[in-house]
Amino acid sequence: MIPLSEEDPLRKLNRREAIRYVSAILGGVAFTGGTQLLAVIETASAAGSNTAGDFTTEQIAFLDEIADTILPATKTPGAKAAKVGAFMALMVTDGYGPEEQRVFSDGMQRVDSAMREQAQVSFMKATPEQRLALLVTLDREAKRSIDAREANPNQTKTKPAHYFRMMKELALLGYFTSEIGCMQAQRYVETPGRFDPCVPYSPGEPSWASHA
Amino acid sequence: MVQSAKYDAIVVGSGISGGWAAKELTEKGLRVLLLERGRNVEHIKDYVNAVKAPWEYPHRGGRTHAMEEAYPVLKRDYPLNEKNLAFWVNEKDCPYTEVKRFDWFRGYQVGGRSLTWGRQSYRWSDFDFEANAKDGIAVDWPIRYQELAPWYDHVEKHAGIAGSVEGMAQLPDGQFQPAMPLNCGEELIARRLKNKFGGMRRVIPGRIANATQALEGRSACQYRKACWLGCPFGAYFSTQSSTLPAAAKTGKLTLKPWSIVTEVLYDKDRKRATGVRVLDAVTDQWTDYQAKIVFLCASTLNSTWLLMRSATDVWPEGLGSSSGELGHNLMDHHFRCGAEGTLEGLDDKYYYGGRPTGFYIPRFRNLFGDKREYLRGFGYQGSADRKGWARAVKELGVGAAFKDEMSTPGPWVFGATAFGEMLPNHANNIGLDLTKKDKWGLPVLKIDCATGENERLMRKDMVFDLAEMLEEAGAKQVKSWDVGSYPGMAIHEMGTARMGRDPKTSVLNAHNQVWDAPNVFITDGSCMVSSACQNPSLTYMALTARAANFAVNELKRRNL
Repeated sequence: MIPLSEEDPLRKLNRREAIRYVSAILGGVAFTGGTQLLAVIETASAAGSNTAGDFTTEQIAFLDEIADTILPATKTPGAKAAKVGAFMALMVTDGYGPEEQRVFSDGMQRVDSAMREQAQVSFMKATPEQRLALLVTLDREAKRSIDAREANPNQTKTKPAHYFRMMKELALLGYFTSEIGCMQAQRYVETPGRFDPCVPYSPGEPSWASHA
Repeated sequence: MVQSAKYDAIVVGSGISGGWAAKELTEKGLRVLLLERGRNVEHIKDYVNAVKAPWEYPHRGGRTHAMEEAYPVLKRDYPLNEKNLAFWVNEKDCPYTEVKRFDWFRGYQVGGRSLTWGRQSYRWSDFDFEANAKDGIAVDWPIRYQELAPWYDHVEKHAGIAGSVEGMAQLPDGQFQPAMPLNCGEELIARRLKNKFGGMRRVIPGRIANATQALEGRSACQYRKACWLGCPFGAYFSTQSSTLPAAAKTGKLTLKPWSIVTEVLYDKDRKRATGVRVLDAVTDQWTDYQAKIVFLCASTLNSTWLLMRSATDVWPEGLGSSSGELGHNLMDHHFRCGAEGTLEGLDDKYYYGGRPTGFYIPRFRNLFGDKREYLRGFGYQGSADRKGWARAVKELGVGAAFKDEMSTPGPWVFGATAFGEMLPNHANNIGLDLTKKDKWGLPVLKIDCATGENERLMRKDMVFDLAEMLEEAGAKQVKSWDVGSYPGMAIHEMGTARMGRDPKTSVLNAHNQVWDAPNVFITDGSCMVSSACQNPSLTYMALTARAANFAVNELKRRNL
């Protein structure tokens, strides 16, 4: 068996259509509850949240640029197009503890001042190349911190992580679980319909995005 | 107090065991009242997140302060998440007391934890049923494999268990639907281990209660790997997909959600239960229901809680306490340790579809001549997968090339956790905490349970053996790990009202009847005498069907 080709009907359907399609192919054979299922689908909220926690529009724009430097538009759209800045802001607001929140927002300041130091320009006004050069440096700094923590878990487990690790982790999570990240950067199939335990893979083919 | 209609049978609890009791009893012609303390969850209609895409959750499935505040126990492990929060108990309403840490992950709703269970389904063997007697531990199981085998057959055919026939004495084969196969990474390790370790350490497809062929009212699995949201195709076994529709079809079932059973009513002259007392969770109204027989399937700790509150005028410690064993011998499995390794040579291979199981490595310790410094053994459950984008968090890299690389699958990693047997120990016990009340003013349980020296010694092998197997099989970057395990975390709680051969040392007899009230049956995890290392739910199903058959025959013979 080979993975779904571009011609495979399931690839082109959105999730409502996919469930309808599968219901149809299963027909009356064993599929009960099809009507209820469709009712659920029709009422399920399709809209993601645009809430952005305690962050200002400017701060969200700033986070968008950080995320978009980590995950820029390539052959697929980047983090800004996937509204990753707003997601980062929401997660920091709703999920981070006070100490982590402080480290995160200090980190935003530090990114900006490091940019000014390095290129005499604010982060928002810097070119993509200038931003990338800075984040490469911060990424190395964060990686050293990750390695140190893993080498010495007992001493470091109560201390918050490096701010850039937080930013990178949230950017990755926000991007690869977004609609763009699932449907364009990766391949998302709502209802695969079968399991093939071993299929050929060619370099460059995207990952399968997971469902739940 | 309202007096209500009389039923032939009352079943308390609508999870895996209660659903089976309701199905078997109604199909044998009894009029059954099925009582559930929580809300109703209607099949398909109430699986509100089942068709949501990952990006439709504001926190993408993650946790918030509000969730952690509301679920102080659930947050200790993976169950606290944004996607199926509605299937976990409200901890503020239903507290309990931990004398020692015990992670009690509950689901109070119609279907119970059958909606969220891991679905791994393995038979026990006589290595398990004979273990206590051979080791001189606790008491002997009053049954052997042969007595349960036809009931395993019976429940497997209806539940739909996908598995492979392996001919292993320690893990008997069953009435399987076609297995969900090993993927190429798992197949590679399975093949390389075939001629090592005397062929005793085998990697086989996980046996799973997901249909691979359609059953009545249920589609075959669609490989969405979203089971714990509730399956809109009814592909995995749950009360809702499997036993409840069968029971409802008889026309003899009455299901009452929001019904907290607070006591089994007991007639001390006849030495029989007469029914149960119910508190309506919404209206606070009390009702007594009468029946000829009562099946307690309220979950391991809750069925015992109910016994402790019953017939206290005869036995101050409750119905079934005359042996001194009620509430004792609580067990779980210990797990959260194992190993992983990277597989080379498969970069041109991938898989398609979300398989809702993985591989299983059945027990090989203390069997067939192997002898360790501890008793019993463990199995491994895991999978081989190509790493996804999450590998990027700890890797160096930002920018375009990094993003494109992380959008594609990474290396193959084969990993598993062990699940180890926990010995029964009288000291591991539960009791009523009269100083703490739940939302309805009912006293809560206090739990005092810990693993011991046998588990500690076993754990060394649990960590070491898989790493050794991976090294032998040529995996690279082999790492073993142990993140610690507290009782309860495996959600396989067992014991506290054990079966046995002697009323002086056990709560239930060989047919799951309470020795002191033969028309009261307990067939959930409370009845277990030892824990084995296999996931226990399939055995609850078989024990329930067997006890229901016995109960109906005894009713006909007017013995109850």
